[in-house]
Amino acid sequence: MQPTQSSRRILLPVKNWFIVLTLFLALLLNLIPFGRLPGIPDWVALVLAFWCIHQPLKVGMAAAFVLGLAMDVVDASVMGQHALAYVLLAFAAAGLSRRVLWFPLAQQALQLLPLLLGMQLVMMAVRMATGAEFPGVPWFLSSFTAALLWHPVTYLLLTPQFRPEDKDVHRPI
Amino acid sequence: MSAVGHAPPPFFKRGPAPLVRLAFFVSLSLILLIADLRFHTLELARMAVATVAWPLQRLTWMPIDAATDFGAYLAMQSTLLKENEDLRRRQLGKANLLLRQLHLEQENKRLRALLDMRARLPVEGRIAEILYAARDPFSRRVIIDKGLQHGIGAGQAVVDDIGVIGQVTRVFPLTAEVLLLTDKDQAIPVEVQRNGLRAVLAGAGAGMMELRFLAANAEVQIGDILVTSGLDGVYLPGLPVAKVVKTDRDSAYSFARITCAPLAGVERHGLALVLGSRTALPPQPDEAPATVEAPGRSKRIKTKEKAR
Repeated sequence: MQPTQSSRRILLPVKNWFIVLTLFLALLLNLIPFGRLPGIPDWVALVLAFWCIHQPLKVGMAAAFVLGLAMDVVDASVMGQHALAYVLLAFAAAGLSRRVLWFPLAQQALQLLPLLLGMQLVMMAVRMATGAEFPGVPWFLSSFTAALLWHPVTYLLLTPQFRPEDKDVHRPI
Repeated sequence: MSAVGHAPPPFFKRGPAPLVRLAFFVSLSLILLIADLRFHTLELARMAVATVAWPLQRLTWMPIDAATDFGAYLAMQSTLLKENEDLRRRQLGKANLLLRQLHLEQENKRLRALLDMRARLPVEGRIAEILYAARDPFSRRVIIDKGLQHGIGAGQAVVDDIGVIGQVTRVFPLTAEVLLLTDKDQAIPVEVQRNGLRAVLAGAGAGMMELRFLAANAEVQIGDILVTSGLDGVYLPGLPVAKVVKTDRDSAYSFARITCAPLAGVERHGLALVLGSRTALPPQPDEAPATVEAPGRSKRIKTKEKAR
């Protein structure tokens, strides 16, 4: 079967302030203290991966590094742990960006999952190399919830870029 | 859809190649990691960012706070009555000790004066509320709502109504991070209450602790209470810490594996008491062997104390 570009609709150009706003909101969502509850997705990683895939020329490793540092401070983890993991995630997502958008959303999520799991593995490797305890298998659940959220997140973040299917003078938007 | 259509063609200015950028940022992260883990030099930067992020953090808790408040508002009266009665009973149970405390302290002071010993300074405490557990899944830390502004300093011990829960490791202007006893990095010198055997208790992960470096025939039984020995100059002697739940004496190993459970509500949340810092112990003679503690942790706290 011939792969088709899943979003055939021509999208409006993205607004820069919208990218900044969504990344900031993701950071706020990550600040909610859930403690050790498993399965809470890493919102920053998810939104960052989304923009790295959809706008590889605007969001890249520099943004990932800054967001990672912010996460390191608010998370009370070691400085550089999230930064390293997010930079690697951004690099992999940018590499994926030319290919993954030709697949339907479910398959996109399936391709995103190894990236998120790899990000968690990097964090675990960094911390366990310095003698921290193993956080337990349920911790990896958060990558799976994030992958499940790929479908709604895609629609949510692309909404401002959609334009009406057919122009109607009585319905400008 | 990718933005390639809107961007200039790649033979125009695109900045360094992705691999070069990756190498740059990865090496920058690794430098930060090493600087933080090995040399602990980034505390000031961390404090600055944390201070900026603090109002945002409070903002994100508002929905959660509202939900808990609403839940508390709906608490049944019977629950409250029962709790009240429990508290009253406990207070009465402790009354015997409390009433004699003052008398004993006076007597102790007189006896110490007779013996010409340095009087033990009364240590004041500061009540703090545990706000939340840090999100970091690799360590066990909680954040309390008192910080530099309230005179909290790194190295102070934190207790609750039953026993020790941990130690302040990092202070911010309005909050402080407490490393719990169950963290793998945390070690505390203890003694067995029954016979005074001294040992080092360290976190073992999964909410448990273990007594390290005790010979296989050490005199420790299941059910023994461990209290702080006060040898480290951080914790006051005699604070209850843990209870022995399992001893595993395998002659194949030279040390016994002794698992302990914390007495205090280490993983529960509520109010805690941050004890004031102890007066410094007399300096150790140079030839004395170094105290047994987790090396990284002890060094860090000592340098902090020196700085103060």
